[in-house]
Amino acid sequence: MKVHLKIKRFNPEKDKKPYWGEYDIEADEGDRVLDALQTVKWTIDGTLNFRRSCAHGICGSDAVRINGRNVLACKLLIRDAVKNGQITVEPILGLPLIKDLIVDMEPFFAHYRAVMPYLINDTDPGERERLQSPEERARYDDTTKCILCACCTTSCPSFWARGEYVGPAAIVQAHRFIFDSRDEGAAQRLQVLAEPDGVWRCRTIFNCTEVCPRDIQVTKAIGEVKRALITGKLD
Amino acid sequence: MAQYHQFDALVIGAGGSGLMSALYASKSVNTAVISKLYPTRSHTGAAQGGISAALGNMEPDKWEWHAYDTIKGGDFLCDQDAVDILCKEAIHAVIDLEHMGLPFDRTPDGKISQRRFGGHTNNETKKPVMRACHAADRTGHMILQTLYQQCIKNNVRFFDEFQMVDMITVDGACRGIVAVELNTGELHVFHAKAVMLATGGFGKVWKITSNAHSLTGDGPAIILRKSLPLEDMEFYQFHPTGIYKMGILLSEAARGEGAVFINDKGERFMERYAPTMKDLASRDVCSRSIYKEVRAGNGIGGKDYVYLDFRPDRINKYLEADGSSRRVDAEYIETRLPDIIEFVRVYMGIDPITEPVPIQPTAHYAMGGIPTDLDARVLADEKGTVVEGLYAAGEAACVSVHGANRLGTNSLVDLIVYGRRGGIHMAEYAKQVDFKLIGDDAHKAAEDTLNAIRNNAGSEHPGQIRKELQMHMDEHVGVFRTQEKLEEALEEIHRLKERYRHIHIDDKGRRWNTDLMEAWELGCLLDLAEVTAVSALAREESRGGHYREDFPNRDDQNFLKHTMVWSDNRITYKPVRIGRYQPTERKY
Ligand SMILES: Cc1cc2nc3c(=O)[nH]c(=O)nc-3n(C[C@H](O)[C@H](O)[C@H](O)COP(=O)(O)OP(=O)(O)OC[C@H]3O[C@@H](n4cnc5c(N)ncnc54)[C@H](O)[C@@H]3O)c2cc1C
Ligand code: FES
Repeated sequence: MKVHLKIKRFNPEKDKKPYWGEYDIEADEGDRVLDALQTVKWTIDGTLNFRRSCAHGICGSDAVRINGRNVLACKLLIRDAVKNGQITVEPILGLPLIKDLIVDMEPFFAHYRAVMPYLINDTDPGERERLQSPEERARYDDTTKCILCACCTTSCPSFWARGEYVGPAAIVQAHRFIFDSRDEGAAQRLQVLAEPDGVWRCRTIFNCTEVCPRDIQVTKAIGEVKRALITGKLD
Repeated sequence: MAQYHQFDALVIGAGGSGLMSALYASKSVNTAVISKLYPTRSHTGAAQGGISAALGNMEPDKWEWHAYDTIKGGDFLCDQDAVDILCKEAIHAVIDLEHMGLPFDRTPDGKISQRRFGGHTNNETKKPVMRACHAADRTGHMILQTLYQQCIKNNVRFFDEFQMVDMITVDGACRGIVAVELNTGELHVFHAKAVMLATGGFGKVWKITSNAHSLTGDGPAIILRKSLPLEDMEFYQFHPTGIYKMGILLSEAARGEGAVFINDKGERFMERYAPTMKDLASRDVCSRSIYKEVRAGNGIGGKDYVYLDFRPDRINKYLEADGSSRRVDAEYIETRLPDIIEFVRVYMGIDPITEPVPIQPTAHYAMGGIPTDLDARVLADEKGTVVEGLYAAGEAACVSVHGANRLGTNSLVDLIVYGRRGGIHMAEYAKQVDFKLIGDDAHKAAEDTLNAIRNNAGSEHPGQIRKELQMHMDEHVGVFRTQEKLEEALEEIHRLKERYRHIHIDDKGRRWNTDLMEAWELGCLLDLAEVTAVSALAREESRGGHYREDFPNRDDQNFLKHTMVWSDNRITYKPVRIGRYQPTERKY
């Protein structure tokens, strides 16, 4: 089928501000939008830039805004993206623009690092694995799925309003450890999240949950962290 | 001018192998990791099914059985001392990962849960054994996340989105690398005492592949350009279950849970090809069987694909036929294989719980690569001469634990076991030696190469060349090979290499010039395709993943040896290190 792509373009070495590039391509309706971007790059204009790697929704490289909604370009098929023969692709919002669809991810990863995203447990585990029951394991399963694509954080109005807000992705990462029975760092992490730029900036708008390409219940996870802060209990 | 940095140990690549070696090297020396992708974007994150270790958590198991299965799976081309290390250290390595926080699935009594996987058996009963440790079907994702988390905890220094384009060698020793900072386009010289190449695979040589766009074999290609050899390049694994036309992988874990192959007549055809292991026979056997069915006209609708059937009622039917008392239901399948069920729903628009899934073999894994010794040190020739200061691990390397065909779950083991050994050795080595001088113009060759591509005004388009290369490789250097096909492929590759000299790119800028980097990567793909075809042509036998229709049998008399290939297409061989197991006929 014929597809008209409108892609937000910006070259920091040439352009004062972003503009729309328009391209007509031939695509299969079962192709990914990422394939369409590749077609533009490989056959029409090699200067188009975007991040990509796995091409099947696993690596988190290609979070973009398609028709106004945050998605992974490799996880949305042309047939589901085309509106009146057209697809609009823009960079995600709230992070500094670098070039075309590429934004600076460093502020996002700085928030990630701030919640101490690693197991904290200094006791000697011994020769064999630490034990964890299937129920304890299930408690934090949902938040282990996060691929750090930033779809959630960059769809959040609270984050757009204030970049210092740690954002949903970092809270998801904190949740993954806070509710892991093997972890002993909950208190330290909760302290970070109790700060003014921690969980309380979340206004339960649910954008994050709606856009998560891994179907993580982001708002629920944030709610559980808020509850842990209020009650002082992890259940 | 190029910016200059100095580190004791430098790791190129932030997949499982790179992060594991960085973690261990950084315990005692100043270490940095350079990666063209953000670490968590590495393709290790795509690994689904599991990581094997004879923990014996579910049923009796021994590391010696794991070793024998690996050697048999590799069609006796594995170096058996390397396999023993792999399987023995796997146990400790998996427990190490658990201690780092990896969320493995658990047994009712809280231990790491394990599942069946192709080619892994109880050596006494010959039946499949539960050896693959897993975290749903995102084991690789959890390994990558966990190792990255630990690197953050240990303050490992990262240079993210820096792409290595050259290696600095003086008097045959490695003294660092040159990388492009993608965000600025600037060159950086990294001066080091020890360098680890952990750049992953090169599946993008083929069109239908499970590999990421980024898997262009940069590390192995740079090795060739430094007049060093690659080992066993003819052994490339085609995984039997790629999503039709897209190549996206559906893990063997699906068959581990009971899914089966079905042809157009509705037959479970693997019963004919592998009476004991059936659908869990090794990957090369399954991929060939699929194409034999297709050739016999048994592909679905006469086409070039078959079905993978996950429907619970069918799985139960076959479990019953196999005399198993186990039964599954839709909920069980959904919890054990959530990601791959979703891939089918998203990319094929069908529901695997109610419909069979069209699949075809997909280019998946490089058994060959940069030759190394048991401490991951890179070897310069067939005699085992070590390249000072240079290491390699992971899919880019060939220690050879996978031989002619890798067993499922053994790559992740390889990353962790040999990544760790390499990391430890690098640190020890770095502590013993001083920095050796490098020239002020260390970046010059890389600068010239990139400028030549940037300023080339030829009429050829890199995208077109890549497309043609991939097409020819699928057609001529795939599951079935012949002298004629391979010679045709080589001629074609030579023509493409000539055309590559006359390319032009659109983007002449500095910052984030992926047009330039992709064109550079295409050069790597062409070099790797060439030595793959050359090695395949020279091996006149069939073994594991390398199948020659004109030489359909394994020939231990003449070919029980590893191929070493150089960029000038020269080939030498080195013997396989046999241990406890003499080669026997491989039957599943
Ligand atoms: C879909 C899929 C499923 C799989 N499932 C399993 C499984 O269940 N079990 C199993 O054992 N194996 C599995 N495998 C195989 C296994 O995942 C890979 O072989 C393994 O993860 C490779 O790891 P690595 O560390 O060698 O490289 P990768 O994880 O591929 O990492 C390569 C790294 O090198 C970097 N890099 C590359 N070139 C450059 C350069 N020029 N400069 C700087 N950095 C560079 C990249 O940025 C990246 O960080 C699977 C593979 C695929 C594709
Ligand atoms: S390219 Fe990996 S998530 Fe889209």
